[in-house]
Amino acid sequence: MTVAQYFDSMDYAPSKEDDSAARAWLAAHESRFGHFIGGRFGTPGEGFDTVEPATGKRLASVTQGSGADVDAAVAAARKAQKGWAALPGHERALKLYALARIIQRNARILSVVEALDNGKPIRETRDIDIPLAARHFYHHAGWAQLQDSQFAGYDPVGVIGQVIPWNFPFLMLAWKVAPALALGNTVVLKPAEATPLTALLFAELAQAAGLPEGVLNIVTGDGATGALIAAHDGVDKVAFTGSTEVGRKIREATAGSGKSLTLELGGKSPFIVCEDADLDAAVEGVVDAIWFNQGQVCCAGSRILVQEGVADDFHARLAARLKTLRIGTSLDKTIDMGAVIDPAQRARIAGMVDAAVAAGATLLQAEGALPDAGSFYPPTVLQDVPATCAAATEEIFGPVAVSMTFRTPEEAVQLANHSRYGLAASIWSENVNLALDLAAKVQAGIVWVNCTNVMDAGVGFGGVKESGFGREGGREGCFDYLKPRALAKAPERKPVVPAKAKGFAIEAVDRTAKLFIGGKQARPDGGNARAVIGARGEVLAEVGEGNRKDIRNAVEAATAAASWGSKTQHNRAQILYYMGENLSARAAEFADRIVAQTGAKPDRARAEVAAAVSRLFSYGAWADKYEGVVHMPPMRGLALAVPESIGVAGVICPTEAPLLGFVSTTAPLIATGNRVVAVASEAHPLSATDFYQVLETSDLPAGVLNIVTGSADTLGAELAKHNGVDALWAFGSAALSETVERLSTGNLKRVFTDYGRAWDWMSPEAEGELFLRQATQIKNIWVPYGE
Amino acid sequence: MGLLWACYKNNKKELQSKHFRVRYTKFRCASLNARLAQEGYEMSQTAALSAGTAPKSDLEPDLKSAPEKGLKPASETGHARNPGLPLDLSLIEAVRVNTSASERRAAALPGRRAVKADAQSAWLLKAVTCIDLTTLNGDDTEGRVRRLCAKAAQPVRPDLLDALGMGDRRITTGAVCVYHRFVGAAVDALQGTGIPVAAVSTGFPAGLSPHATKLAEIEASVKDGAAEIDIVITREHVLTGNWQALYDEMRDYRAACGDAHVKAILATGDLKTLRNVAKASLVCMMAGADFIKTSTGKEGVNATLPVSLTMVRAIRQYEAMTGIKIGYKPAGGVSKAKDVLTYFALMKEELGHDWLQPDLFRIGASSLLGDIERQLEHRVTGAYSAARRHPIG
Repeated sequence: MTVAQYFDSMDYAPSKEDDSAARAWLAAHESRFGHFIGGRFGTPGEGFDTVEPATGKRLASVTQGSGADVDAAVAAARKAQKGWAALPGHERALKLYALARIIQRNARILSVVEALDNGKPIRETRDIDIPLAARHFYHHAGWAQLQDSQFAGYDPVGVIGQVIPWNFPFLMLAWKVAPALALGNTVVLKPAEATPLTALLFAELAQAAGLPEGVLNIVTGDGATGALIAAHDGVDKVAFTGSTEVGRKIREATAGSGKSLTLELGGKSPFIVCEDADLDAAVEGVVDAIWFNQGQVCCAGSRILVQEGVADDFHARLAARLKTLRIGTSLDKTIDMGAVIDPAQRARIAGMVDAAVAAGATLLQAEGALPDAGSFYPPTVLQDVPATCAAATEEIFGPVAVSMTFRTPEEAVQLANHSRYGLAASIWSENVNLALDLAAKVQAGIVWVNCTNVMDAGVGFGGVKESGFGREGGREGCFDYLKPRALAKAPERKPVVPAKAKGFAIEAVDRTAKLFIGGKQARPDGGNARAVIGARGEVLAEVGEGNRKDIRNAVEAATAAASWGSKTQHNRAQILYYMGENLSARAAEFADRIVAQTGAKPDRARAEVAAAVSRLFSYGAWADKYEGVVHMPPMRGLALAVPESIGVAGVICPTEAPLLGFVSTTAPLIATGNRVVAVASEAHPLSATDFYQVLETSDLPAGVLNIVTGSADTLGAELAKHNGVDALWAFGSAALSETVERLSTGNLKRVFTDYGRAWDWMSPEAEGELFLRQATQIKNIWVPYGE
Repeated sequence: MGLLWACYKNNKKELQSKHFRVRYTKFRCASLNARLAQEGYEMSQTAALSAGTAPKSDLEPDLKSAPEKGLKPASETGHARNPGLPLDLSLIEAVRVNTSASERRAAALPGRRAVKADAQSAWLLKAVTCIDLTTLNGDDTEGRVRRLCAKAAQPVRPDLLDALGMGDRRITTGAVCVYHRFVGAAVDALQGTGIPVAAVSTGFPAGLSPHATKLAEIEASVKDGAAEIDIVITREHVLTGNWQALYDEMRDYRAACGDAHVKAILATGDLKTLRNVAKASLVCMMAGADFIKTSTGKEGVNATLPVSLTMVRAIRQYEAMTGIKIGYKPAGGVSKAKDVLTYFALMKEELGHDWLQPDLFRIGASSLLGDIERQLEHRVTGAYSAARRHPIG
């Protein structure tokens, strides 16, 4: 077109980013890459091609990581780890700082390679992905600098295996690599099969920045390579971002291995538009929510919930906005959206949309022309989708939002939370009362008020429910790359072998403890009891033999006690103090019982009771002091990091320390607003059953703490399988740890276990923030402000 | 909730139909007519619109007879003049503007729409045709104004236009904008060029003269040949939420302008909040403004992208309600060629193609033209230009 023609039409012209430097880099490698292990690139081997989604053309070929490759990478990381961790924090900070700087200096080539390899618009890589990645290294250089003072009592985890997705290849690399390296770990990272190039480019940059060899290793390959890394014995922790389906497999594969695990998985995040929202802003929010990165965003606002009174207006504006969206090839600087990752993903998106339309959904779709080649799918909104349709409940991972209406804020919360996922939520309202009320009530790891898809290195990112666990970014994210020194040093738990029973007779008056469910003593469902054998072999009492139905009943009672979570912290503190007071009043009786069960010396038993009283007071104290923080990301506004209760938690109490172990593992959960189903010490359950009377006199609402007696392994497995249990703490044998981790995948419950290592429950390290952190999950609420 | 959307709710089927808008307009205009008639106020355009079927050329009979005087006549542009609406306070109450979200949209826009090479030259030339070339200084003289007028008539060197293949197009600025004192001189200097003269008025820039004086000032400028009047609103009315007073004032200005088009300067730098900006925009449009304009150029902060976003969204809302297209004029603060490309993108994205033409988009600027000239020469020659290589304005 000529100037005159443009003058008359006032059309946009394609404006292409220069890709010569990126092509030259590929050419310098002859478009073939080996792995980056131990500080050098290996010879390219058998592998596969990575293509430009926007054109379908081959960019380069990379090597399929074999078992031997993974072995070599893990060995290199292991070799480097001790020395890297031993460096003073300042030295590591300097290296991370150098990485941040070299990313900034090479931002353009990184942006172009990323856009080519992924298909996303150069605007996004240039303005979002790469700058955020650099910021991540800057931020974590700071944590390296401050590690000694801020994380005393914690050690690096060791060698971290990291598997990242194709939607934000470089940003996800930064999210994984920066905290791992900052805190003294070394890394074996596998970039996604479809988008390996920026990771390889980064390896080269890291080399230039002087990162010691072996600290960062990149192994390319498909899911099989990822599975090799996750299962590798030499890996101390697995950090995965990707689909919930693969997340479950990794949870299973790592069960019982003692590997630390963080999973950042899928979502179907609600985007709530209240009637008092700035509707134009909310429409623009939808653009950022679901048409950012072609909707291939785990935290995409893919479920629009709009209040009925403004629904027509909102949809009319949304339909108008759809018309002006431009779709094009990734290097075009005049587009809003690029290509989806590959033809298979495109077909999947189209299939889900077609099914929804067939089921009666109304289709709103951008009409503009799509480029001829490449995997393009138009921006789409599905209105009036039947709630039973897959598109309404499942992650589409494409530029498709479903839209539903709600009548009241209460219903908005109900709809928002009616999902297996809980990654993010976006809330649009000009009323701060309403917006913050909704923010508190939605189940999500990230809540954006009047904004969406904003992220920062200083603000933890991660989900609840089946969206995974762990946080990336901020202080909260650092803990996922550290391990408490105390537990690492703990000895293996010795199995408690009960003394041989002498006959059937129960001494003194027959006392058969029932179960404690919903505030009442309940007979076990099976009607069976088990004898509790004392230290001297006498039958002390019988307790109920709990079974899976008892677990079901206890979980139901705990679920019904949800209001405990919304009690004031002061109220929870008072009740914990009261429990301590009532336990103290019966101290002698509880001490005697410990002696009778365990054969402990009386002094030791009295000390355990005193410690249990103190611990109840400690968690009473913590109840109104375990607070969140206000993050200060680079914007005008606040990000409120709020620790929230997880929900219903199962606890398999340790066999040793029958009273203190029970109190130490249940009190932190109760203090933070969870409801607990505890399985008493299998060998010595009477300290817990005696505790019924403490509970009955302490005003603890019914259902907040339920106690079941029986086999730890059996009941642990039942709790692990129960999809209404949100967290499970298991302190028992190594086998129990393996069982509960493996069986926890149904709803990806948070598992906290000691892998058969026995804490010293009397030590101060068996109390406090480590447990409180496990009892809560951080919700980050972003509140930009300004008038 | 706005009345329009209340109507939508009551009759969802009509939401889909074009018919609805005509009916709505008829309803609003009929009620306006009744009120105006009561007040002895004449507004022929309103009558024409209320019929709903009048051919477009009938809408602007007066302008048609004097095309050289003002904005392009309706017969040429197809845009009906704004007859206004009765003041609807529910619309004002329903205003919601989220500042942070507006800023984010404004900040992301330039990155989403890069305009380069030939398209950029074309857009910059279009920008020239949208400039209200302005001098509003205490030391202005007739000689200074005549020099400006000469520049307005030939804002870009002909050799550059030739090189760009635009030699056969008559590229002039959109208007020349001066104080009342120089309207006559400017009209004289621009004779035969077709370039309208715009006069700032109503006690510009503070707008605190007596109301009668302001009306007299408008009438005097119209009499001297000003085809466009840039009025300033009384900021106090906005800051105290006295929407009726603002509406009445604006309606009087509009009446005093007669056939001259009226641009309402909101002085957004004084209004401070985007909510105030949105509310003032709606009131001025309801009171009959043909254009809404950001600034006098004398406030501490002039046109910004978030303010512009807010105003153009108000324009979009008004069009959705009435079918009437209101023009937009950012003033002050648009001094670089790069900025004006972003403003065009904003108009195109938020309002559409119609707002990329001088009848619905103007830029109040004095130094922007110089930067555009330099950019155009760079495009033609490949060498960076200098101000002295282009005739002074």
